Amino acid sequence: MNTLYNFLFVVYPYVCLAVFLMGSLARFDRDQYTWKSDSSQLLRAKQLRWGSNLFHFGILFLFFGHLFGQLTPHAFYEHFVTAQQKQLLAVVAGGVAGGLCFIGLTMLLHRRLFDPRIRFTSHRTDLAVLIILWVQLTIGLATLPTSLHHVKDPQTMLTLANYLQGIATFRPDASQLVGIEWHFLVHMLLGMTIFLLFPFSRLVHVWSGLATVVYLFRPYQLVRSRRLNVPAGQNVPRSAS
Amino acid sequence: MSHFLDRLTHFTLPKEAFADGHGKTTGEDRTWEDAYRSRWAHDKIVRSTHGVNCTGSCSWKIYVKGGIVTWETQQTDYPRTRADLPNHEPRGCARGASYSWYLYSANRLKYPLVRGRLLERWRKALAIAKSPVDAWASIVEDPAARRDYQQLRGMGGFVRSSWDEVNQLIAAANVYTIKTHGPDRVVGFSPIPAMSMVSYAAGSRYLSLIGGVCMSFYDWYCDLPPASPQVWGEQTDVPESADWYNSNYIIAWGSNVPQTRTPDAHFFTEVRYKGAKTVAVTPDYSEVAKLADLWLHPKQGTDAAIAMAMGHVAMKEFYFNRRSAYFDDYARRYTDLPLLLRLKETTLADGKTVLAPDRYLRASDFADTLGQPNNPEWKTVAFDTAGQVALPNGSIGFRWGPEGRADAGKWNLEAKDARDSADAKLKLSVLEVGPQPHEVVEVAFPYFAGADTPHFPSNKRDGDLNRAKVPAVRLKLADGDALVATVFDLQAAQYGIDRGLGSGAKDYNDDYPYTPAWQEKITGVPRDQVITVARQFADNADKTQGRSMIIIGAAMNHWYHADMNYRGVINLLMLCGCVGQTGGGWAHYVGQEKLRPQTGWTALAFALDWIRPPRQMNSTSFFYAHSDQWRYEKLGVQEVLSPLADRSKFGGSLIDYNVRAERMGWLPSAPQLKTNPLQVVKDAAAAGMDPKDYTVRALKDGKLELSCEDPDAPQNWPRNLFVWRSNLLGSSGKGHEYFCRHLLGTENGIQGKDLGQDEARPTEVRWHDKAPEGKLDLVVTLDFRMSTTCLYSDIVLPTASWYEKNDLNTSDMHPFIHPLSAAVDPVWQSRSDWEIYKGFARVFSEVCKGHLGVEKEVVLTPLMHDTPAELAQPFDVKEWKKGECDLVPGKTAPAIAVVERDYPAVYERFTSLGPLMNKLGNGGKGIGWNTETEVRQLGDLNGVDGAGRPRIVSDIDACEVILQLAPETNGHVAVKAWEALSKATGREHAHLALHREDEKIRYRDVQAQPRKIISSPTWSGLESEKVSYNAGYTNVHELIPWRTITGRQQFYQDHPWMIGFGEGFSSYRPPVDLKTTAGIQNIKPNGNPEIVLNFITPHQKWGIHSTYSDNLIMLTLNRGGPVIWLSEEDARKAGIEDNDWVELFNINGAIAARAVVSQRVNPGMTLMYHAQEKIINTPGSEITGVRGGIHNSVTRIVTKPTHMIGGYAQLSYGFNYYGTIGTNRDEFVVVRKMKTVDWLDTPRDDHLAKAYQAQGENP
Repeated sequence: MNTLYNFLFVVYPYVCLAVFLMGSLARFDRDQYTWKSDSSQLLRAKQLRWGSNLFHFGILFLFFGHLFGQLTPHAFYEHFVTAQQKQLLAVVAGGVAGGLCFIGLTMLLHRRLFDPRIRFTSHRTDLAVLIILWVQLTIGLATLPTSLHHVKDPQTMLTLANYLQGIATFRPDASQLVGIEWHFLVHMLLGMTIFLLFPFSRLVHVWSGLATVVYLFRPYQLVRSRRLNVPAGQNVPRSAS
Repeated sequence: MSHFLDRLTHFTLPKEAFADGHGKTTGEDRTWEDAYRSRWAHDKIVRSTHGVNCTGSCSWKIYVKGGIVTWETQQTDYPRTRADLPNHEPRGCARGASYSWYLYSANRLKYPLVRGRLLERWRKALAIAKSPVDAWASIVEDPAARRDYQQLRGMGGFVRSSWDEVNQLIAAANVYTIKTHGPDRVVGFSPIPAMSMVSYAAGSRYLSLIGGVCMSFYDWYCDLPPASPQVWGEQTDVPESADWYNSNYIIAWGSNVPQTRTPDAHFFTEVRYKGAKTVAVTPDYSEVAKLADLWLHPKQGTDAAIAMAMGHVAMKEFYFNRRSAYFDDYARRYTDLPLLLRLKETTLADGKTVLAPDRYLRASDFADTLGQPNNPEWKTVAFDTAGQVALPNGSIGFRWGPEGRADAGKWNLEAKDARDSADAKLKLSVLEVGPQPHEVVEVAFPYFAGADTPHFPSNKRDGDLNRAKVPAVRLKLADGDALVATVFDLQAAQYGIDRGLGSGAKDYNDDYPYTPAWQEKITGVPRDQVITVARQFADNADKTQGRSMIIIGAAMNHWYHADMNYRGVINLLMLCGCVGQTGGGWAHYVGQEKLRPQTGWTALAFALDWIRPPRQMNSTSFFYAHSDQWRYEKLGVQEVLSPLADRSKFGGSLIDYNVRAERMGWLPSAPQLKTNPLQVVKDAAAAGMDPKDYTVRALKDGKLELSCEDPDAPQNWPRNLFVWRSNLLGSSGKGHEYFCRHLLGTENGIQGKDLGQDEARPTEVRWHDKAPEGKLDLVVTLDFRMSTTCLYSDIVLPTASWYEKNDLNTSDMHPFIHPLSAAVDPVWQSRSDWEIYKGFARVFSEVCKGHLGVEKEVVLTPLMHDTPAELAQPFDVKEWKKGECDLVPGKTAPAIAVVERDYPAVYERFTSLGPLMNKLGNGGKGIGWNTETEVRQLGDLNGVDGAGRPRIVSDIDACEVILQLAPETNGHVAVKAWEALSKATGREHAHLALHREDEKIRYRDVQAQPRKIISSPTWSGLESEKVSYNAGYTNVHELIPWRTITGRQQFYQDHPWMIGFGEGFSSYRPPVDLKTTAGIQNIKPNGNPEIVLNFITPHQKWGIHSTYSDNLIMLTLNRGGPVIWLSEEDARKAGIEDNDWVELFNINGAIAARAVVSQRVNPGMTLMYHAQEKIINTPGSEITGVRGGIHNSVTRIVTKPTHMIGGYAQLSYGFNYYGTIGTNRDEFVVVRKMKTVDWLDTPRDDHLAKAYQAQGENP
């Protein structure tokens, strides 16, 4: 039991994170033309507008909710909100976003599976990504009633956050997870798996999505001048023969 | 090094701000741009072109990278023109630039394919048969087996085979067919040799060596304007597009220059900068309408009425109000206007008699035959200005005759009397200076414009005759007194010109035929516009000596009465002296694409180096008979006769006229005899007779029967069909559904019934109560893409594309010859056409052993134009079959030749130049020359085989044969050819080529740069530094006669059938009523309104000319599938909105397409672009229950007897020169919105249906 826990919650997260980071880097460097979101909008717009927007709104909210909710040390916020209040906020906000995301994701999955034109042009990772996300979301939503029970005593939330902060700070400790409800554990494992799959699927477009933040800060006009290129000569186009 | 690390340079990256920080300059990485650079990089550029029927013939750069063709761009290295003329570039249009898509597209053919059911049977049969020929016999002699695979034609089901296997199968089928039925049951269809001459020649050489039949295309496509042979004795000859720039007034009449002649259109634009006026005449608001200064839009099909009115104005103002000195001189010297016609007393139906124009007066009409022992029946006569009878030089009687005759060298247009070679100025009118005794008589002309037609406005007059006063002279002739009048006097009277003789129009506002006011009622074009254009056109021609031009497209030629449209226009040009003058004349541009090195090519293509004569057939008559379209004929002969015709002489139905024409040797036949021609020779031997004499006797006593008399008898079916370079069944197959039912024997959408018990049946043709279905045993198609034709074939062979083979290409639009070159090797398993047919020849030579050896057979040939046989029956039409004359081969019947074929040597013959070139020489269009030097040089160039004959192994060898033998590409030959012509004309012509005598254009030369060809007597224009190529130029400037009966351009046609069908003089004839919508409207309602529209099929914008519309790029630019265009008004009536699915149908079949509702189209007609492939997004039809067809699904061929005339000077048969044409624009269709769109995409094999439906396809 211990070994299994150690593998799943100590080793596996780092495997996933390592693959996620190194894999993304390798793909970005080696295979730039595969770095794309692979939109199927040209093939069929139906179901996409609502499905995609609902999904993206929901998933981004959930992602950042998890990111900040779990990785912010308790000490940072205990002066503003109590753990109980945070738990309630997480359940309500997460529930609403999760619900919207679920509707959107279900529409996307349905479209991908049952529209022949989309189905025939899908890569297997396209299907895998959608299915895993859908299962992950369903499990996440399934934890809501449990979490609601925890509002009075948000110890589980604190424990999980503590564990995840341990991972992020290279102090992994699986032992504290003993006794946590199984669906939280499965949800975490699946979450790690998504990071594992990330570099091999269309999910890489998330990086680019994040990179678009730069646009908020760039000047209106950007000139890429050959005159200024460094180191000298590196950017000179291959001479036309 | 690393894309990621390179981005982490925020602090080291040089940055400069500008515009107050709104902009920034950085040194960011730009190597990603290399991706685009390498996309457009290439290893080599190869010159090639597109072997397509657009006449563009543009030189292209083909870019190759890593062995893959990446794209193409326009070449810009044409030889420069003259200082005062814009250059030819840019040539090549956006559509051509899309071609490279085909090479690696999904519908590229990659492997030899055979219909699965046939291949299964073949393999089984081959396993047990003694020889491949026996294996084939076992399949086709079993009717059930035959029908089994025939019924699936058009439905897919191909499996991959190998070259060895298909070669064996095809050779076995050919050998079996030759042995069992006769070589003339093997037929091949390929159009427009100029697109890719060697590819065409590959197939035709193979067919000609085995005795098969090559089918014509120009007449079949209805691109051949019979008016051209009628008026000029010339198939079609036109100015090059650069000559537009020399014009001062251009009418684009039914020719959509910017859309269908894109690479040439710049000359049309440029000449406007020089001050030329341009006028467009098109019913729809076309692209050329936008380009021109004035747009006339007559009701479709009524163009002849405008043309006649313009002729009226030109003649009235420039011959009578005042006499243009230039026109006057031109008319006397180059037209038949001064010649004399006999007037004939004609009895009408009501018993009254009238005088009507009859035939030309001939030398033989005089008691002394005007001293002419040679061909006096073929020499036409005029008055000179002294009022004396003159015998002008140049009529066709002077052209032919024995060597050393007294009248040799008088076949020219010198203004001389042939009898004493004294100068003779001919009289246009008997009334002019030096008036002579004459009387003014009333002459009747047929008047057709008053006829009631359901869809076209008429202009009623009292009756169907147009009577006018004409000055006539009474002459004493051998058969008594006769009245004669000049063509000029008669033509002026027919045009309705008031000469103070008591007839004619008071003024232009008088509604009198053929005034501008008169035409207004028919065409809807305001009279003022017609007057203005005619006046300006003629005035310009008068001032510039003929620099007024009419560019014409096939639009007007696709009507049943095309001849009237064309002759109306040509009359105007002749009256204004435009023909044969720089910047003037008749510019008819269609898919004939001038085959410039023609005489070099014919030797190779029809194996004239081995066997003469070849078998050639006019396709229209062939398909009319063999797809059994005649069995559904609704147009009666009486409907198109002249009111002046003797109806008792013109009974029967249209096919009867074709049969009579074949019997008299006017038109060719295929198959020819009901008996196998190999057998005929054996029977003759058994009877101890010469095969020729035997054939004559057997035809007379009925032992031998011509195939045309019973096209439905199995002995007379065509059996093997080769199609290459063509989309016969997806595009040009007029009467598509009839092809499907009778020729192919597969699913079809015919709605009408054949001629039932009550209707009159043909009298010359045997009627079978049950029409045959599936006449063809084997259909083989060579193509580079899966076209509709491929889908209907039994064997589909992948051929090299235009960037994968070596070939030659020429056009009528410019004087250059240039190559198709292999930029890459043929992809997958494809092979060039030359290699494919060579492969057939090789296997044929093996497979035939034991079945065919050295065989003799009988070949029938019609009375050919440009041979002495064109002087057959000068006056009446006499038929040997009816006992009216004796059967004289080559005179009253087809010529009969006995030829020997060495079947096991077919391959050897295919790959070497045969001995007849040395023995008989080479030539064309009535002249011949010795070609021994060229044969020797060719041997030096290509190498020789064991027998010392020049080799023709590769496609480049074949190119060299053409280039070496043709006067256009070999200066020595050009000089010889001109000298040969001098013998006939008695004038020196060699100066036209002497300056280029030492020039020899070779294949590698044209690969380096397109080369301008050398002037040759094959063509009527010149390649020179002084003038642009213009048709008729050498007739006018070198005084070479036109190849007509008079030797002049003819306003009048005097053959008895021409007169009988009312086309002696040109007039306006309304479209014929084909009765194809009657009895089908509202019988299968779907709840939507049904309207009837005229069905017009122009050339498309989104396809490579008329053929290649399945290109994804083009489909994406348009609507991605079949569309028809209709007007907003008609759409409203039928409740149709843009992009709705609609159905077009009549008794011939149905089309399913989307509607484009557009202001471009005028009410009453619908447009459907040519050749939208049936295999692209075509749903099922609600009417027929089968897949909506191609544009020809609603058409049926209707032939015209005047096109069958033969053995009569210019009205004689020539391959692609004269013959019946496949008209299709008189057709009407019912249009309605579809209720349910059924894609019929469930496989025929039901067990697969569920699987497909599960994937979302329609049940």
